Amino acid sequence: MADVSLRKVVKRYDEVEAVRGIDLDIADHEFVVLVGPSGCGKSTTLRMIAGLEDISDGDIMIGGDVVNDVPPKDRDIAMVFQNYALYPHMTVAENMSFGLRLKHYPKAEIKSRVTEAARMLDITDLIDRKPKQLSGGQRQRVAMGRAIVRNPKVFLFDEPLSNLDAKLRVQMRIEIKKVHQKVRTTTVYVTHDQVEAMTLADRVVVMNHGKIEQIGTPNELYHKPATKFVASFIGSPAMNFVPCRLEDVGGKLNVRLTDRLGFTLPPARAARYQALSRTDKLLLGIRPEHVMEARPHAEPGVEPFDAVLDVTEPMGMETLVYFTLEGSQVCGRVSPNAGAQDGSPLRLAVDLNNMHLLNEVTGAVL
Amino acid sequence: MSTMTIDKSGPTRKVKYGSMSRDRTWALRWSYFFLTLFAIFSLTPPFYMLITSLKGSAEISAATNPWWVHQPTLENYVQLLTSNQFLRFFWNSAWVSIIVVTITMLISVPAAFALARMKFWGSATLATGVFLTYLIPDSLLFIPLFKMFAVFGDWTGIQLVNRWYVLLFIYPTLTVPFCTWIMIGYFASIPKELDEAAIIDGASWFQTLTRIFIPVALPGLIAATIFAFTVSWAQFLYPLVFTTSTDQLVLPVGIITTLIKGDVFNWGQIMTGALLGAAPPLIIYAFLMDYYIAGLTAGATKG
Repeated sequence: MADVSLRKVVKRYDEVEAVRGIDLDIADHEFVVLVGPSGCGKSTTLRMIAGLEDISDGDIMIGGDVVNDVPPKDRDIAMVFQNYALYPHMTVAENMSFGLRLKHYPKAEIKSRVTEAARMLDITDLIDRKPKQLSGGQRQRVAMGRAIVRNPKVFLFDEPLSNLDAKLRVQMRIEIKKVHQKVRTTTVYVTHDQVEAMTLADRVVVMNHGKIEQIGTPNELYHKPATKFVASFIGSPAMNFVPCRLEDVGGKLNVRLTDRLGFTLPPARAARYQALSRTDKLLLGIRPEHVMEARPHAEPGVEPFDAVLDVTEPMGMETLVYFTLEGSQVCGRVSPNAGAQDGSPLRLAVDLNNMHLLNEVTGAVL
Repeated sequence: MSTMTIDKSGPTRKVKYGSMSRDRTWALRWSYFFLTLFAIFSLTPPFYMLITSLKGSAEISAATNPWWVHQPTLENYVQLLTSNQFLRFFWNSAWVSIIVVTITMLISVPAAFALARMKFWGSATLATGVFLTYLIPDSLLFIPLFKMFAVFGDWTGIQLVNRWYVLLFIYPTLTVPFCTWIMIGYFASIPKELDEAAIIDGASWFQTLTRIFIPVALPGLIAATIFAFTVSWAQFLYPLVFTTSTDQLVLPVGIITTLIKGDVFNWGQIMTGALLGAAPPLIIYAFLMDYYIAGLTAGATKG
């Protein structure tokens, strides 16, 4: 097992820079998820760590050694692909042992490793089947088994759950987490699904346009996003953004959304934003769970307001409500008993203790 | 006591004109009509060959119905199969075809793998070039090739013209480009992740080819093998030009040159020879038909 470091890594395809100088340190045993939209460079980064893509500039280190020119087979890594990439003419056992057989491991050793991995992944009964006789979830387990038996320094996962249906994805997510808890191998995992990123990762790396937007634990990214991109990418439904400005009213700091709608900031927030210019164009960032139905005894910092709902989405344990503020669609989460109906007014409240203010131009969270 | 009547007729619905099933029925009828027409068209010559091969010389030259045998005889078969000359042609053909197929596969498969997978500078152009060479007809090539081998013989003293093994150098010019092209297509249909997984597992390029690509692409490989065998077995122009001595001839040329004497055509034996000559490819097709079709349609749909 080993740590992985990327130093100013660049990948260019002719004129296009797919990865634009990223720095990343992944500690031994750590589970790091690279997440971002399509084309953000996350898969390219993973493939460069694997050695399947040459790097145009910078250094990649595995276990302290620069591996820029080391071929994939000598990097001591194992990779799980989106489409499983199982060898169709081999049985499950042959698939799992292929790497070990190439390296001329003793037969007894191969057998014990395959048996152990199969037991861990609960595929012992499938060991003599061919891939075409397996379901998607079983194939993905075999692909993981093939990685585990090699006992590599680093596991690389390239969107391994994208081909599975929603239910199976949740199940396999838990499996992957369990496997990592057992083997503790350093893992780099690529996904475009922020839920996967949040649930699996020790640390999440959010990428956009070939650069790292923010690195942090799932909670850090959720509660303290550094940019508008991270704030909007992490969390489902996404954070709401409403254009606003700051104003001083009677010695208190207000955030004004529309001519008729403004809120007094709670003292902690007011102190934090006091120094900001009153003329700056800002965005109020608020997560849906901080827009809820108004209660008779509001807590400090929770400000009530009236809204006319455009659409409601009953989810069972909660109802998502959508309304428009200053041309921006806002989503809130209310209790199923709050009486929310399409097209009807509802008294809502916003929890400003959990608000974010963003610079509308730069997208930076202030 | 009340009685109850049940209306069993239910709502009636006429099948609309032009519905799916009606269109389908007509499409099927037309398909079968044209398939039958085509079958008659392509089976008539072999049928005529069979009829003629079962006739004696007298019956062939008599003014009787050419589509019927009045006195069937196996005389032509006995004569050919006991003739050393005919067996010689047969063995020459077999040797040439088997060796050419081997040479072709040894060149085409690694070439196709390299062109399909090992992205090197100019590989795409080279792949197109391989196919373009196949488009040059042999009728254009045989004179320069003959000249080349003649000059080679003059310079080195190694005489290749009028030896059956000269065909081992010539046939691959037909089979290698086409087989390479088929295999490029087949290898290209194998997901890229499969060789990446093999490379990460520690396989070299050669191991990836032999342990992953060849087993996975076996139907394509068999299709290419059948093609190479058929081309070698049925080739006429090159052996006609390059071989002249009776003991060096292959079957297609041997039948024509020995059974047509001046303006005398030994039709019975010619037809028998042609039928016997057509047998090996037919047998091979029959056994490997499923693989052949799978090979030709590979990559058409997501497998």
